[in-house]
Amino acid sequence: MATNASANVIRTGGGARFVIYTLLALFCIYYLLPLYVMVVNSLKPLSEIQAGGMMSLPHEWTLAPWRSAWSTAQIGVAATGLKPYFLNSILMVVPAVAISTVLGALNGYVLTKWRFTGDTVVFGLLLFGCFIPFQMVLIPMARMLGLMGLAGTVPGLIFVHLVYGIGFSTLYFRNYYQQFPTELVRAAMIDGAGFFTIFRRIMLPSSGPIAVVCIIWQFTNIWNDFLFGASFSDYDSQPMTVALNNLVQSSTGVKEYNVHFAGAIMAALPTLIVYIVAGRYFVRGLMAGSVKG
Amino acid sequence: MGFLDIKKATKSYGSVRVLHETDISVEEGEFLVLVGPSGCGKSTLLNMIAGLEEVTSGDIAIKGRSMNGVRPADRNIAMVFQSYALYPNMNVAQNMAFGLEMHGIPKPERDKAVAQVADLLQIQPLLDRKPGQLSGGQRQRVAMGRALVRDPDVFLFDEPLSNLDAKLRVDMRTEIKKLHQKLGTTIVYVTHDQIEALTLSTRIAVMFGGHVQQLGTPKEIYDNPANIFVAGFMGSPSMNLFPARVAVENGNAIARIDLADGAAASLPFPPGNAMAAHDGRDIVLGIRPEAITDEDGADRNSKAIHRIETRVEVTEPAGSDTFVVANLGGKEVTGRFRADVDVRPGNTFPFAVNMEKAVAFDPKTEQRIG
Repeated sequence: MATNASANVIRTGGGARFVIYTLLALFCIYYLLPLYVMVVNSLKPLSEIQAGGMMSLPHEWTLAPWRSAWSTAQIGVAATGLKPYFLNSILMVVPAVAISTVLGALNGYVLTKWRFTGDTVVFGLLLFGCFIPFQMVLIPMARMLGLMGLAGTVPGLIFVHLVYGIGFSTLYFRNYYQQFPTELVRAAMIDGAGFFTIFRRIMLPSSGPIAVVCIIWQFTNIWNDFLFGASFSDYDSQPMTVALNNLVQSSTGVKEYNVHFAGAIMAALPTLIVYIVAGRYFVRGLMAGSVKG
Repeated sequence: MGFLDIKKATKSYGSVRVLHETDISVEEGEFLVLVGPSGCGKSTLLNMIAGLEEVTSGDIAIKGRSMNGVRPADRNIAMVFQSYALYPNMNVAQNMAFGLEMHGIPKPERDKAVAQVADLLQIQPLLDRKPGQLSGGQRQRVAMGRALVRDPDVFLFDEPLSNLDAKLRVDMRTEIKKLHQKLGTTIVYVTHDQIEALTLSTRIAVMFGGHVQQLGTPKEIYDNPANIFVAGFMGSPSMNLFPARVAVENGNAIARIDLADGAAASLPFPPGNAMAAHDGRDIVLGIRPEAITDEDGADRNSKAIHRIETRVEVTEPAGSDTFVVANLGGKEVTGRFRADVDVRPGNTFPFAVNMEKAVAFDPKTEQRIG
């Protein structure tokens, strides 16, 4: 990888390099500015924000807004803080991501290694599912969830995200497995491995990069989703995004901007962590198969 | 009934028939090579034996047991693939033991079998490595090891040497042959390389267009090709084929070849040759390069050496021999001369043709006449 990268670099002189890095630094600051504002203001007492000076560092550092946002802030009608909703989101996103990734991998495996007549049609329909606008399915989905008895529950939300997620995860894994040598599957068949054994012992261990891509993609999408969360959840099953909105919209008394900032960071933190932990695999996975060697 | 019986087996994809009715019976311990150009159906036939492809009609039986509908895993076969197909996430030992593990063999026995085969192939130092850390030749060995560990009834090889460089290919060829002689296993081996076919096999099936063109020992295939395709495909450089006409003089057949300048060259068949029955017939005459030599290099035991003078067009020194290309009857003819013969392009030179080795084909049906 390292030798590869240096071979692709165009050598530049010191002057040009200075300009490039200065520009990059400026862009960096520009993009990090919102995060700075959020962090700084979430650590100030409300009075300092009201006094103006959004950009300045706190005179008096405090964690009170964080505590409030987490456990005592008014969300809608109840003063529970974001904690229960954060849990809801975790309970929703983990199974939804896990199941859609596994199903996507299985689909990709079947669509590339166990081809059947009409498999391209099936794949085409799954792909089509990726492009259906969310708004279009709201009412049919509400009816379906009602019929299944999942309306207003976390499992209902998991189901919705699963249905939407499978299209993308199948696309990822199918394209990845297409590069995977079929002779390996045939060798395993001759060795006596069955459908699931081949999947588990031969395909999955080689699927790291694409699994990471799929997980990051699904995690961010599902975690950040607002529309489904707002449409299909009840007070006790709302995900973090909806709760954050309720926190900000709650119109009792003054607007506690510092608490809002703290809540917003909390809502963004999981996706941020996923990117930091798995980000380099993400790029690697996206590139996988595009270049040989 | 043989050890491996292919009985009237065919394969079709939709309306396209890729393998026509094929009958091959392989004895225990035989080394059968399926050889032919790409798309001739040889790999399809191998995959059908392996069970990776269904038989459209007919039957394949191993040890008298019909294999129709039997899963590849239950056929007691092992296969070596062109790409080696080593599992990238397992080390060499795990790769070799995988098949045994899938067949429910307990770990101590697996370890013993792997150790034994690793010893045989001299790959013990590689057992802990991943396939990615092996060279091409080592991967090839491991792939063979994985097949050997299973101790199957039939070994299937699918162009196992075509990913290796030329030198290594020759080495591995010898190794495979040694292994076969040592273990006496039954092998079906697919290749497009006719040299591999001739050197390795006890029997060859030459395939083309979904048909077995000829089935026989390497010597039969080489000396008595059944048709023009087999004659042209087997041997390097390939057999010289040129149009000729049969004439009979004093009861003996002569092949007459029209030369470019309007004259005709005569090449008499050996006395008593069956071609005497075909007076006046147009034929395609086939003579191997090694039967067209300089006069001193001609086979002393042959009773039918004939001289023919023609202009040399190109010489190709190959170290041990010199291949000389001349024009005969409007067709290029390659002769195999000793390396130290002084022959130059542009000169006229006497060629010695060994007519004992000549074969004749019908120009229309392309089948062998005599």
